Amino acid sequence: MSEQPPQSPRIGIDEWVASAEGRRELGVAARIEERFARVPPVVKLVLLAAPFVAYPLLVDSDYLMQVGVDTLVFVLLALGLNVAVGWVGLLDLGFVVFFGLGAYLYAAVASDYAGRHWQAQFAIPLIAVTVAVVGFLVGLPSRRLVGDYLAIVTLFFLQLWLVVLVNSTFTRGPNGISDIRPLSFFGREVTSLESYYAIALVAFVLVVSVLYLVNQSRTGRAWRALREDELAAELMTMPVNRLKLMAFAVGAGVAGTAGAIFAPEQGAVFPASFDIVLLITVYAMVVLGGAGSLLGVTVGAVLINASLEALRDADNASWLFYCAVVIGLLVLLKPRWLPAAILAGTVAFGLVVHEVAERARPSLVEGTPFGDTRIDRLAEQWVLLPEGAVGPDGLPAGALARLAYVGFVAAILGLTLIRSRLWRSVALVPVLYLGACVWENILLAQPAVTRFVLIGAMLVALMALRPQGIFGRQRVEIV
Amino acid sequence: MDWEKLVQLAVNGLTLGSVYALVALGFSMVYGILKLLNLAHGDVLMVGAFIGWGMLGFLGGAQDPSVGVWLLIVLMVLAAMVGCGFLGVAIERFAYRPLRRAPRIAPLISALGVSFFIQNSVLLLYGANFRSYESFDLVDVEVGIHWGPLNVWILRVVVFAAALAMMLGLWLLVTRTKLGKAMRATAFDREAAAMMGIDVDRVIVKTFFIGSALAGAAGVLVGLIFGSINHFMGFGYGLKGFTAAVVGGIGSIPGAMLGGMLIGLAEAMSVGYIEDFTFGRLGSAFSDLVVFLILIVFMLVRPQGILGKREVKKV
Repeated sequence: MSEQPPQSPRIGIDEWVASAEGRRELGVAARIEERFARVPPVVKLVLLAAPFVAYPLLVDSDYLMQVGVDTLVFVLLALGLNVAVGWVGLLDLGFVVFFGLGAYLYAAVASDYAGRHWQAQFAIPLIAVTVAVVGFLVGLPSRRLVGDYLAIVTLFFLQLWLVVLVNSTFTRGPNGISDIRPLSFFGREVTSLESYYAIALVAFVLVVSVLYLVNQSRTGRAWRALREDELAAELMTMPVNRLKLMAFAVGAGVAGTAGAIFAPEQGAVFPASFDIVLLITVYAMVVLGGAGSLLGVTVGAVLINASLEALRDADNASWLFYCAVVIGLLVLLKPRWLPAAILAGTVAFGLVVHEVAERARPSLVEGTPFGDTRIDRLAEQWVLLPEGAVGPDGLPAGALARLAYVGFVAAILGLTLIRSRLWRSVALVPVLYLGACVWENILLAQPAVTRFVLIGAMLVALMALRPQGIFGRQRVEIV
Repeated sequence: MDWEKLVQLAVNGLTLGSVYALVALGFSMVYGILKLLNLAHGDVLMVGAFIGWGMLGFLGGAQDPSVGVWLLIVLMVLAAMVGCGFLGVAIERFAYRPLRRAPRIAPLISALGVSFFIQNSVLLLYGANFRSYESFDLVDVEVGIHWGPLNVWILRVVVFAAALAMMLGLWLLVTRTKLGKAMRATAFDREAAAMMGIDVDRVIVKTFFIGSALAGAAGVLVGLIFGSINHFMGFGYGLKGFTAAVVGGIGSIPGAMLGGMLIGLAEAMSVGYIEDFTFGRLGSAFSDLVVFLILIVFMLVRPQGILGKREVKKV
């Protein structure tokens, strides 16, 4: 942009778009983006892969290594989903079937149950191609289906897949196949987590490179044209149906590859690993990072998987929660002194409520927090922890606890309706305190469920506030 | 030929179908007006089932209800309808309205998020165990119609009649009242309707309220005839309800009823006969396969459904 005089419109760029680009504010982020756009693709790839290469050198526990492999598998999945959702704009809700299919196919060619042990250098490409063909077949109805109908057909396809897996004796039903042989290249078995990490990393680099090239190619441009306006693309003689099927096949192939790495790494496959929870998690990854951007999707997958792992544990979860609230306030609220005022107000409000509750009804503060960190011990002095609010099974025991949760959700939603900034800030104080109470009493009791509640809430909030995600480009509907 | 089995399956199919039809109506109305696939609709049904269950507990439980049984059922349905109606309005207000002008995929992802949020919230508050309505304690299983091969539990009759009555009411509302006219106008052309002085946003809110209230009622009816509910039940009902809406013709009220009955019957029949027809290879769990095939066939052969009008793509 900067080299050219602003008067001369660049060839091939719509005047409206050009003027919109010209009007775009050149802040720090935009300048970084512009600089980054001029970096050669190979350097970009190296920059993208560098953190992944560095990761195993920095961690030394098996658990973290395991998380690393899982993260790479998730990154692959998100990259695959991005093809259909981010580039072509097809809502494919059966995507995890391809992942599961890859995993189960690996189990079929390399497990004691199947009595075979194919070499990985044949198995993985073969599985990728097979799953791509299945993706092609599943995409066939998309030729006749407009937008949302495709979503429901693919969702139903996912449901069927689960029904078949759970009920079929051939795949051993819900017990899954648990004696899968490790990957084996040219007769050498891969057993260590580090090697699996390396394999997944190689797959990641290959997939990113291929997807980058495809996206830069004629096909990639046609996909994006299709996403923006299918009818116009068709009028430009683009083979719309073939392009859609191709997107389905490419995405499915990537997911199948991920499955073929996932199955031997886990050593077992179960139907429950490939259900709607996984689907929505992968969607959250793609959308958070920014659908359509390879960098964004990768970052989204890493972020989501890392936070899901961290939230498993109540101790980590409470740190994360309070940090996220503080950072969120700092980022979202302006002027700068406002978040500090609100935080101070919340702390003071909490102390007063805690003191009053302790005098009036001591049982309200006699519970024990779920986490056992410094922050939990501080919170114990501050939030209301009624004794027996949560039963031994971790579920809220009384109607009051459930009401508090529902009330908190309603209060958050209600806050967005308050127009006046002053009153919204004032109202934020008791809502934040209620949130802390709900967090300590209900959400922290079941961190495993809470993570998914948060993912659902994040999807809704993200769509309303920043539908393009972290790295995506904002799209303007031209009417 | 085992007539008793056939009749029994038909009865099951029709009661199930009436529930699907109620769900399909909500889908269909929202889709007609906003051209939006409300993926969270099934979860609204699930919340309705839980509200009904809470009401049952509040009024003393199935063994020892503090009010008459039929009044109890009416109260359960009403509570679920009101609760779900407001839930639907909230979903529209916070998840869909900010996205009216966004790319088409955005509200769908938002809907996925809402669905996931509601499901996991209920999981958080009530756990994964099935909760029971204990309807056999509520109404004795022997009470009902016994006529030749026809043996119908009275609760099934009530569920069927209630669903029909609600559909009739909705049909009257849409065809005979001013609100109905406004809804039809909005569905036909939102901008033109706005220019004619129709407050489109209010019409949309009311549509969501009515559609979600029907789903809530359907949730209680499901709980009554099948007994147990859990946080994940909405998924299946949402899927079948949408299939029913597509098969019947999306945007058409009689179509939704017809589609619901058809899907309900198809599912019940395949539950009963799929084992015989596949020589024992496929169990009754595979009845979803049949419903899926019906959906695919309709999508490919008659995408506008049985009673729908073919949409001409305008540019």
